[in-house]
Amino acid sequence: MQIIKDKQLIANNWRYINEDVDLQPGDITVSVDKWKKNKQQLLDHAGKIGLRLRPSDSTDEIAEDLDKMQLIELDFPALADGRLFSHAWLLRRRHHYQGEIRATGHFLPDQVYYLARVGVNAFNPEKAQDLPAILIGLNDFSVTYQPSIN
Amino acid sequence: MYQYNENDQTLIDERVAQFRRQTERFLKGELSADQFRPLRLRNGLYIQTHAPMLRIAGPYGLLNSKQFRKLAHIARKYDKNFCHFTTRQNIQFNWPKLEEAPDILAELASVQMHAIQTSGNCMRNTTTDHLAGVCIDEIEDPRPYCEIIRQWTTLHPEFDYLPRKFKIAVSGSQRDRAATQFHDIGVHLVKNAENELGFRILVGGGLGRTPIIGQVIKPYLEKRYLLSYLEAILRIYNLFGRRDNMYKARIKILVKETGLDKFTAMVEKEWQLIKDSNELSESRIETIKAFFAPPAYASDAAEDTTFAQHKTNNPAFATWCKHNLAEHKVAGYQAVFLSLKAPGSPPGDITDTQLDAVADLADQYSFGQIRITHRQNLVLADVKQQDLFSLWQYLSAINLATPNINTVADMICCPGLDYCSLANASSISVAKEISETVDDLDYLYDIGELKINISGCMNGCAHQSVGHIGILGVDKNGSEWYQLTLGGSSENEAAIGDRLGPAIAKDQVTKAITTILDVYIKQRHTNESFLQMVNRVGITPFKEQVYADH
Repeated sequence: MQIIKDKQLIANNWRYINEDVDLQPGDITVSVDKWKKNKQQLLDHAGKIGLRLRPSDSTDEIAEDLDKMQLIELDFPALADGRLFSHAWLLRRRHHYQGEIRATGHFLPDQVYYLARVGVNAFNPEKAQDLPAILIGLNDFSVTYQPSIN
Repeated sequence: MYQYNENDQTLIDERVAQFRRQTERFLKGELSADQFRPLRLRNGLYIQTHAPMLRIAGPYGLLNSKQFRKLAHIARKYDKNFCHFTTRQNIQFNWPKLEEAPDILAELASVQMHAIQTSGNCMRNTTTDHLAGVCIDEIEDPRPYCEIIRQWTTLHPEFDYLPRKFKIAVSGSQRDRAATQFHDIGVHLVKNAENELGFRILVGGGLGRTPIIGQVIKPYLEKRYLLSYLEAILRIYNLFGRRDNMYKARIKILVKETGLDKFTAMVEKEWQLIKDSNELSESRIETIKAFFAPPAYASDAAEDTTFAQHKTNNPAFATWCKHNLAEHKVAGYQAVFLSLKAPGSPPGDITDTQLDAVADLADQYSFGQIRITHRQNLVLADVKQQDLFSLWQYLSAINLATPNINTVADMICCPGLDYCSLANASSISVAKEISETVDDLDYLYDIGELKINISGCMNGCAHQSVGHIGILGVDKNGSEWYQLTLGGSSENEAAIGDRLGPAIAKDQVTKAITTILDVYIKQRHTNESFLQMVNRVGITPFKEQVYADH
């Protein structure tokens, strides 16, 4: 399935590897738990690695490992869980993470303008038919009242 | 007052366009009810008993005559010729159609109004003192800071999906008329030992199911740090506030469960990391302050002698002056309360014709501005004393001159079971029965200042837990019962009322209130207010009489 990155439709080459599944070749993301348990194996892995954060994760906990990550996924269990917005902000501003931050899961196209402002630059919606709405949503507003990441 | 620039206007126009697209997607079935809910809530739209309810922001309670005329127009065209003012200085329409909501918002945007973040789990309308800028006990006018906070909170990208709603109130006077101790964040303008003006920051106050008095988290904050400090509190709350139980999700619970000291340490740590990044510059403060510069007061206003003559010649006018005026910092001017508590009319409601008339009176007598009070009345803040007699006559003609401000008849009341889908019991009919029973003005004046607050459910929109007498509607096996509390206050001596006893049946509420009033009249000391007496004697003497027949 395609995703949106930096306001462009692109093919998604990343796969999320579940807790109970063995690592597979290619570009993969794993949970913070799986990362902690399999650090060396993941570092030796043939392909890029990234982390999938849930709202209850702490960005402080992974701060020292961020230079090894080429993708941080923010996994929305529900559209109303706002912790991930702070996580994105903290990743960019506090931890100076420069790689891709991608929203995934149950977010709405109506939230992508805010997500982009706090530093999310890629969007992988639940339903492919939301992709056009996301491109529109990124331009919902042309003015802002407060500083953020963007 | 603040006037939108091109950016402000663009932002609310784009918001209307966004909501129009969202509403269309919902009506076409592209958004589910669950997906649409947080989006419509952030545009003030609730689904109520009969129809959607649209809550419109009254920025810190300050509107102009043009905006009032627009509200009148909306009431006529989209609603049933009336609207309602709330305890948070907002405006509610009870009968709009969902599909017309984007059109209503577009109408509002044409007069610099909106409904952004008036509901939902986000930062809400910032409220303040309805006498800001004119009262005699003011340290500094809080409205420029309210506007700065309004802009900062509006469409804040990081804090739009909080664990629960979040309310900020600002007070710039010695007397707290904005219930700041019962807000998620209370901001007080204060002077430090060096006589510099800054802020005292309170956190964790709130009403609802678990009323808690806010605590001081920062005794003195330099002005330039206002927004960074708010940001630090909001980030800690957003990250650590409970999301597992909506009844425990307000910041007051986080502060309580974490402990103030630890919570303060968390905020301070966060703030140290960001305090230098988002400073509020002196020039920005001055720019916003310029919008709230005092109007062109007449220097000879105090020389008028007709005001005193009219009071002598007309006892009804004198009575109104005694109860519905507040002292003004400029000699020869008064702030005028327009009572929305006329006998028989639902507290806080106003009709389209009254809205238009108030707009005209504001233009004629008070520099075209109107304030909404948190007790659901209106204020014309800058009236020359020589104009008061004519103004009173006009107000009497439109039923807005009932001389009952701060009396038992000046009740705060939520819409209750009549409109609200959350309510367990009605509140408007209870208020009506009480006001009809205590309609004798001399009796009301003899009782003096007594604040009755009536809510139709635990959510406490009418702030019953801080009423001198609080009345809370509860459902008991499908019938309406009411829990009474005594001794609450939302002002400086903040207190949460004590429960009088078991809930009482609807047809016994008015009798219980008159019994409480009788106890007060019989046992009070000279010049002792109801609240002072409750604080002196406790609830027992009242309880004994109210439950004597039970």
